[in-house]
Amino acid sequence: MTVTADGPLPSTPYDVAIVGAGVVGCAIARALAHHPRLRVALVEAQDDVGQGTSKANTAILHTGFDAAPGTLEARLVREGHRLLGAYAAESGIPVERTGALLVAWDEEQLAALPRLAEKAGRNSRTDTRLLGPGELYAREPHLGPGALGALHVPGESIICPWTTTLAYATQAVRAGTDLHLGTDVREVERTPDGHRLTTSRGTLRTRYLVNAAGLHADTLDRRLGHEDFTVTPRRGQLLVYDTFARPLVRHILLPVPTALGKGVLVAPTVHGNVLLGPTAEDLPDKGATESTADGLALLREKGRRILPALLDEEVTAVYAGLRAATGDEDYRIAAHPGQAYVTVGGIRSTGLTASLAIAAHVTGLLAATGLDLGPARAPEPVTMPDLGRASPRPCQEPERVAADPEYGTLVCHCERVSRGEIRDALAATIPPRTLEGLRRRTRARAGRCQGFYCGAAVRELFERGTGRSAAGARHDER
Amino acid sequence: MTSDDVRGVPSGDVRAVVSDDVWAVAGDDVRAGASHDVAATMNGTRTRTGTIPSVGTVRRVDVLVVGAGPAGLAAAARLAAAGAGRVEVLERETRPGGVPRHCAHGGFGTWGRPLTGPRYARLLAEAAERAGATVRTGVSALDWGPEGPVLHTTGPRGPETIEARAVILATGARERPRAARLVPGTRPAGVWTTGELQQAVHLFGQHIGTRAVVVGAEDVSYAAVGAVRAAGAEVVALVTEHPRAQTSRSRAWSARVRGGVPLLTETTVAELLGRGRLSGVRVRHRDGRTAELSCDTVVFTGDFVPEHELARRGGLALDPGTRGPAVGGRLHTSRPGVLAAGNVLHAAERAGTAAREGALAAGAVLDFLAGTPWPDRGVPLTVEAPLRWITPNRLDPAARPARYVLRTTTPLTRPVLHVHQDGRLLHRERPTPGTALPHRPLTLTTRWHDRADPDGGPVRITTG
Repeated sequence: MTVTADGPLPSTPYDVAIVGAGVVGCAIARALAHHPRLRVALVEAQDDVGQGTSKANTAILHTGFDAAPGTLEARLVREGHRLLGAYAAESGIPVERTGALLVAWDEEQLAALPRLAEKAGRNSRTDTRLLGPGELYAREPHLGPGALGALHVPGESIICPWTTTLAYATQAVRAGTDLHLGTDVREVERTPDGHRLTTSRGTLRTRYLVNAAGLHADTLDRRLGHEDFTVTPRRGQLLVYDTFARPLVRHILLPVPTALGKGVLVAPTVHGNVLLGPTAEDLPDKGATESTADGLALLREKGRRILPALLDEEVTAVYAGLRAATGDEDYRIAAHPGQAYVTVGGIRSTGLTASLAIAAHVTGLLAATGLDLGPARAPEPVTMPDLGRASPRPCQEPERVAADPEYGTLVCHCERVSRGEIRDALAATIPPRTLEGLRRRTRARAGRCQGFYCGAAVRELFERGTGRSAAGARHDER
Repeated sequence: MTSDDVRGVPSGDVRAVVSDDVWAVAGDDVRAGASHDVAATMNGTRTRTGTIPSVGTVRRVDVLVVGAGPAGLAAAARLAAAGAGRVEVLERETRPGGVPRHCAHGGFGTWGRPLTGPRYARLLAEAAERAGATVRTGVSALDWGPEGPVLHTTGPRGPETIEARAVILATGARERPRAARLVPGTRPAGVWTTGELQQAVHLFGQHIGTRAVVVGAEDVSYAAVGAVRAAGAEVVALVTEHPRAQTSRSRAWSARVRGGVPLLTETTVAELLGRGRLSGVRVRHRDGRTAELSCDTVVFTGDFVPEHELARRGGLALDPGTRGPAVGGRLHTSRPGVLAAGNVLHAAERAGTAAREGALAAGAVLDFLAGTPWPDRGVPLTVEAPLRWITPNRLDPAARPARYVLRTTTPLTRPVLHVHQDGRLLHRERPTPGTALPHRPLTLTTRWHDRADPDGGPVRITTG
């Protein structure tokens, strides 16, 4: 099992190098791990998997009911929804089948609902249903006044995006994929037998190249001579509310898209929080992941209408993610056979849902491009730590604590994270390299106190366990 | 009194009661082997929200105190000394003492016997144990039984249900972190609360950074300045939205002139800057001017809120002002058998105030165990802006508190407090001849109590 973050890269060429260890890149690595004869590198500029768009999204497992029918995205989301649902169940990734309600707040939105139901039908989602205000308020008693009706989409679910990405990467690495973190790809050069990548850690050679670079996919694509699309980062700021807010909402509350644009959603998370967001701001800067006073004020104003009691609860996190918008209504996935190269671009907010289907599709494209996949063998299944609030925490399981009292020794009290869970995360196949990475793997410091009680103790465990300083290097996140 | 006297437990209950001697050892040393003597019920309920933990063993005590800070330890000491039977204090941290554990500065104890926080914490814990209370560290109370003073806990020995005759909630208060304050910007490392900073510096000796901006100018903010300096770092400035520091003039003067720390008044932090590590904060003055302060560390101080998770999970009525449990003059909550004391009631008062309340709650528990009925829900006491909260906040005709404590949101010069009920003015009082400051206690006497109608409407406190 190889995970590196510094030092020189291996000099022997790989069969396939995947650039970008977001949810899509990790899913592709996992798909290729079904072919043990392939030598695969997963190359990531940042210090962890899922550090870009994959870590800051709305964490929804979409049905694809509102995709543009007939597009590649519509198909991959539909397939991905089924595949990821099954994979999550087998791998311990928390999923809650909450269903979604598209809530209409005015006559125009109400009038749009039947059209959305019809579109859902064309996307093979025939189980949607229109609700009148009576049934809507019965389902969501804390909804603000004035809602006229809703479209119920039963299949929409919530999922843990971090565990999903980490599960793919863990499975791939255990099956032999080399994960190279801290490896920023700067140049790509064609060689007679493939590609030579010049990276921040030296040269990496590969026969085939997969571009899953997310926000930077267009830049990499241009290095290979393609001008097919431009990624315009669309910033989405989100507020995460304390677990006390969780009983206020039962479904994902989606806005009805109208000519005036998309509104914001209110969604529970599998971690027991409630999300409010996102904003949608087109920006030139691919690193602009800061939140703004205007953005937060706008979200609170919209949230107050949707779920007034939400505003009385504490915010436990504010974050901003950048979606890889291309101005196109579909994914930009393309094989370039002459170059032994596949572009996986324009993967928007549906990428998490579609990831497994995208990976299968890309594997097919690689084979069609000439890559001999060799024999297939399913990689060992993984069991990830279950971060879902719907399951008991390890500290609440008598058998588990009896077997190992470290699971009963809580460090992070707000999120009930034990010393045992932190120890396990630090010893995992892909260990965290920062406190943020530890938080995404365990929930430590993710609660309402944000470290007031536990911060120093968690840091102590992290620094002792990794030998790394948690002070946070002064570096550019990009 | 022993636990065998416990009332209200169904006879023939199959759940075993641990004998007294098992608990002779205090703290972490309580042996895992003890659970072999106990009938374990492994019928934990799994729920969608996971709020009800698995039930491990079931045990009974007389009084269970949640939180071994000044309030909890003082309560336990008095209860144990008065012979209340088995008195157990649960502390989720590894050491008892609460927040004073990491306040490595003076200001604790009494005038005659000044102490540092850690020393004060140690003395309180020793006093409670000497009196006969059991302090169990590393044990967390997670949730309640269906009714009354019953708690589900967990710790290295596993989940447990503890049935008590009375519970005192003394879970304290914490500072609101950056996210709750909705401070925009990036999410770099180097962002702290005082509580985390003090623990990092004084309990773990961790490196914190080199240049710090401290947000706030109240007593705790000056304590944060001390912790920053103890860690060998420099304080760039104190920043407060208020027109002056909310501490004694001598302390503010000393920090500014002797310590060379500028105080930026009527100024807020508008944005955090830097990726990976904090590189600075953008501050905005009330007049609209902005500036960027270069720093790698920012400490958000004060803005305390009660640590009220257990109170909320137990369905205790909360006071809208304090956001802690609503209590009457002797600190009874709305849940029979459950009292509350210390900074979970009012975030935040001094440790000595919390300890006095602990002792007060202990007295109420002793009376309750002796048969005094649980008081009815009293008339609520409410405040109007610019006042923020009042505590206690339920009128209990049978229990007049020593005084009421209030907070204001803005400085009030020579304020006059008015007490009204149902359109009647009950009382007027000038609580201070000087200026009442935000984050500092403002007191109201109880001289008006007899004039209040216990069956009337809410009692309102205004500033005129």
